[in-house]
Amino acid sequence: MALFGFGRNKDDQDKLEAGLEKTRSGFFGKISRAVAGKDTVDDEVLDDLEEALVTSDVGVKTTVDIIGRIEARVAEDKYVTTKELQALIRDEIASLLLESAPERPASFSAPLPNQPHVVMVVGVNGVGKTTSIGKIAHRYKEAGKSVLLGAADTFRAAATEQLEIWSERAGVPIVKQYQGADPAAVAFDTLARAKSTNADVVLIDTAGRLHNQVGLMNELSKVKRVMDRQVPGAPHEVLLVLDASTGQNAIRQAEAFTEAVDVTGLVLTKLDGTAKGGIVIGISNEFQIPVKYIGVGEGMRDLQVFDRAAFVHALFEGGDA
Amino acid sequence: MFESLSDKLDAALKNVKGEGRINELNIAETMREVRRALLDADVNYDVARAFTNRVKDKVTDESVLQAVSPGQQFVKAVYDELVYLLGDVHVDLNQAKRPPTVILIAGLQGSGKTTFTGKLANYLKSKGRSPMVAAADVYRPAAVDQLETLAAQVGVPVFSIRGEDGVPLNDAVEVARQAKEEARRTGRDTLIIDTAGRLHVDEAMMQEVVAIKEATEPDEILFVVDSMTGQDAVNTAKAFNDRLDVDGVVLTKLDGDTRGGAALSIRSVVEKPIKFASTGEKLDALTEFYPDRMAQRILGMGDVVSFVEKAQEQFDAEEAEKLQRKFRTQDFDLQDFYDQLQKIKNMGSLKDLLGMIPGVGKAIKEIDVDDDAFKHIEALIQSMTPYERANPQKIDGSRRRRIANGAGMQVQDVNGLLKQFREMKKMMKTMSRLSGKGRQVDLAQLTRGRGRR
Ligand SMILES: Nc1nc2c(ncn2[C@@H]2O[C@H](COP(=O)(O)OP(=O)(O)OP(=O)(O)O)[C@@H](O)[C@H]2O)c(=O)[nH]1
Ligand SMILES: [Mg+2]
Repeated sequence: MALFGFGRNKDDQDKLEAGLEKTRSGFFGKISRAVAGKDTVDDEVLDDLEEALVTSDVGVKTTVDIIGRIEARVAEDKYVTTKELQALIRDEIASLLLESAPERPASFSAPLPNQPHVVMVVGVNGVGKTTSIGKIAHRYKEAGKSVLLGAADTFRAAATEQLEIWSERAGVPIVKQYQGADPAAVAFDTLARAKSTNADVVLIDTAGRLHNQVGLMNELSKVKRVMDRQVPGAPHEVLLVLDASTGQNAIRQAEAFTEAVDVTGLVLTKLDGTAKGGIVIGISNEFQIPVKYIGVGEGMRDLQVFDRAAFVHALFEGGDA
Repeated sequence: MFESLSDKLDAALKNVKGEGRINELNIAETMREVRRALLDADVNYDVARAFTNRVKDKVTDESVLQAVSPGQQFVKAVYDELVYLLGDVHVDLNQAKRPPTVILIAGLQGSGKTTFTGKLANYLKSKGRSPMVAAADVYRPAAVDQLETLAAQVGVPVFSIRGEDGVPLNDAVEVARQAKEEARRTGRDTLIIDTAGRLHVDEAMMQEVVAIKEATEPDEILFVVDSMTGQDAVNTAKAFNDRLDVDGVVLTKLDGDTRGGAALSIRSVVEKPIKFASTGEKLDALTEFYPDRMAQRILGMGDVVSFVEKAQEQFDAEEAEKLQRKFRTQDFDLQDFYDQLQKIKNMGSLKDLLGMIPGVGKAIKEIDVDDDAFKHIEALIQSMTPYERANPQKIDGSRRRRIANGAGMQVQDVNGLLKQFREMKKMMKTMSRLSGKGRQVDLAQLTRGRGRR
């Protein structure tokens, strides 16, 4: 529990652990079974490790990477025990996950480097952008910051209404226009309002879009560019929301969104399900983007600051293992 | 860095395609690569393993090894396995003996249920049915508003229960039950019930959807799954099926570049057919699911049938025949191009359409086919004389300047258009060559299942 540190309560920890339960029994459980009683790592164990990683959505490439490193280390030190192997795997995985950069602090109470500090939230359809914004707004507000929401999803039916309900729940103001309005104009207006009201944090919701739709990706780049004209340097953060149940396609999402809007951080949602979210390991590794928050439910409090040590710890140490 | 499943399979199968004889060595290597291609496409781990084992058994059969073109046999073995995994044949929706037919939509959060509900209503309406939709997602903020908006766009009635404050009634079972009564009372022949997204491990929510099922006795329960789902797809499909005994599966967001492993995996854990594929945010972006067509798409054989069907909605037979002739004889000029643009615009995204044509999908993968580009093309062609439209090769420098001026664009735009047009004609040449010989697309199989309805 101590590892989870500030801002988390027992509830949060239980939720994360419950969500990770499946991951653990599928992943760690298997390894411990396979290795039990052996004092060397043989091919069979590495095969099981491969299966465990691939079935956690880690992806073939990253899995091959991890296994290669482990093989290399085993070649040096021939007597690897179950315990040592587990530590080794934990090490390897942790080393692939980045920490948040100081200019984009993940802690809600940390002082923000900009005012307003503008955060744009992007992702494919249905991953949890709007919900995450509601949760993040709540957390910033709770930490004493003034928050403003921008309803720049002007496309999906009732998207603005949805964000409005979240703005009421979190008790923060919202800037909106009408369905079909130019999303760049909404973002622009939102920043103008943020300046005149001295808002600390601005969260801009955007319409979900598949990353292979060139026109829509260009539109997103434009929304981003326009903000800089209102607040130089804005948006200061671009969060890409990924659904934990997404498979290898998430890597393409990361690639395309990074190209279009320079993603600075990831939000991994729906970790309360049985999906293992192993994709973030590969993505963090390949694109050098930190995971900033995780979503563990549909409620306003169901968001946690990502902590890689805690994440890997919970993955391997918690529960019945 | 990423290739599509078909590219990867293509590469893997290159070892054995063509002239070469199959031997144990290249089988093992090819199978390893096929397996990796499947895993990269999010095919379930166990499914991928079983898949390659079955293909291996088939191709190591003596008759295959001795065959004239073992490579083709290998490809066919992979194709047959894909079709099998995708569910062999197309299955239609169930219908109630006594209306209303009740269709219950269930799935995880964000899988695309509400949009699909709107699309299904639209689809059924276009088939002459009279659907009504029910907003039984009483949890997600503004979910009811979303369905109401979609229903209004489709032009079908929507059933919801709101309190005086406008807040939806917090009882999904009651909403669904009353919706069925209302559908019967108002003589709608179909009721589609949209439900909240839920995790299969959320016991209370799973009980709720079971209660909705018991209260409304649906004729058809559809499990909606995002085609980008990874290894977890089989777990959720199994859990939903265990609780609801679903009748079919709907794959959404297939307009993305997912390699669709979920589609290949689900069948092996739940013996239920995939009935629909959802391919975009627009209300008409819904197609019936045909396993054979999907397998062909995965293998890069194109999806000729879907293309033809879409085209048929826009072109009458005679026109299509004429157009085909022009494609073949290379008589296609800018005026034809302009005329066809008007029709193609009504068919959907150009890139999607081209992707259905054998051999073309791969050729245009890297090219941006921006649908908005049409506007400029139209403007340019509009400022050309009939002579120029018929003889694009005769458009010289001064004509280009005049055309550009007329359209309010630059000379380089005219150059671009003419270049694009030349490339297009080249592509058509490839197409007619492909459909003439080479690719062995089994047309009998392609059209199997059409017109069964
Ligand atoms: N269980 C669970 N559900 C979540 C989580 N985050 C979001 N959701 C649900 O996922 C669904 C989609 O969330 P939205 O916030 O509407 O997603 P979006 O990305 O804004 O969707 P679009 O704007 O339509 O592209 C909703 O039903 C949310 O309640 C999470 O961490 N856990
Ligand atoms: Mg949204």
